[in-house]
Amino acid sequence: MSSGIAGRPSAIMLSQGKVSGLQIQDEEPKDALIVLGCPEVPVQQALALYLADRLNDDGWNLTIAGNPAVLHLLKVSDPKKVYIRELVELERCIEEVSAEQRIPDLVFSFVHSDAGVSYTQTIRFLFQGRMVVLVFGRNAEELTTDLEIPCDLVMDPAVHNPNKIRRRLDQLMGWVT
Amino acid sequence: MGCVQNLGYEVILEYTSFKECRAYIEKHFSEIYFVDPGFLLFEKRMIGVPPIALAIEGEDTVILPYTKPCFGTYLLRVRDEEGVAYVRENARRKP
Repeated sequence: MSSGIAGRPSAIMLSQGKVSGLQIQDEEPKDALIVLGCPEVPVQQALALYLADRLNDDGWNLTIAGNPAVLHLLKVSDPKKVYIRELVELERCIEEVSAEQRIPDLVFSFVHSDAGVSYTQTIRFLFQGRMVVLVFGRNAEELTTDLEIPCDLVMDPAVHNPNKIRRRLDQLMGWVT
Repeated sequence: MGCVQNLGYEVILEYTSFKECRAYIEKHFSEIYFVDPGFLLFEKRMIGVPPIALAIEGEDTVILPYTKPCFGTYLLRVRDEEGVAYVRENARRKP
């Protein structure tokens, strides 16, 4: 199901169905999960909404997990829910994934702190599928060395400018137009 | 065994990292256990880099890391005999 708003072509049309590996014409929508960290680094919010838009256009059933502050920021930023769909509190999300009540097909995890490494490693341990990890912020390189997990990694010490990470994400996910 | 917030706790370390918590446990306690992320203890799923180190102090106290997204990892001391028994029964002694 495309999330494209009226009068706006979807990313699927722009990229001829190649995006994020989901052949939505032939398959049931699958579940994507975005796991956000503490909202103190500005690029996170921009990248989360951008990623949500891309995944919605690609037909994923999207859930975003974060702490209450993150979820409040998203709700205020997107009151008409153009980008966000289901929101879930982070601890509840971990509980659901642990109990196998939530089994996503694709996970994106945002990391800019030691706590982010812990949450990402936890999700990685509990989830066997494809995982994309975005590491950003001033300590990005150092944090990356602590992430010894199988994943697709996008790393840049960005704080205010999300464009380099966005471009790398586009390349990784086949969103280059 | 209730929720850690309801049981009450003492903070041993605050605003720290998972590495520092593990190192502190291994340095200061002798009865050490290891669990994987998602291990249910005090009604909370354990968060961290596997294997997560816990400790037992005496017969009624559990030492455990607790991670918050914006504040890093805390090392907590929780007095709860049921928790001690649960860790001894369900956690492992080797990483």
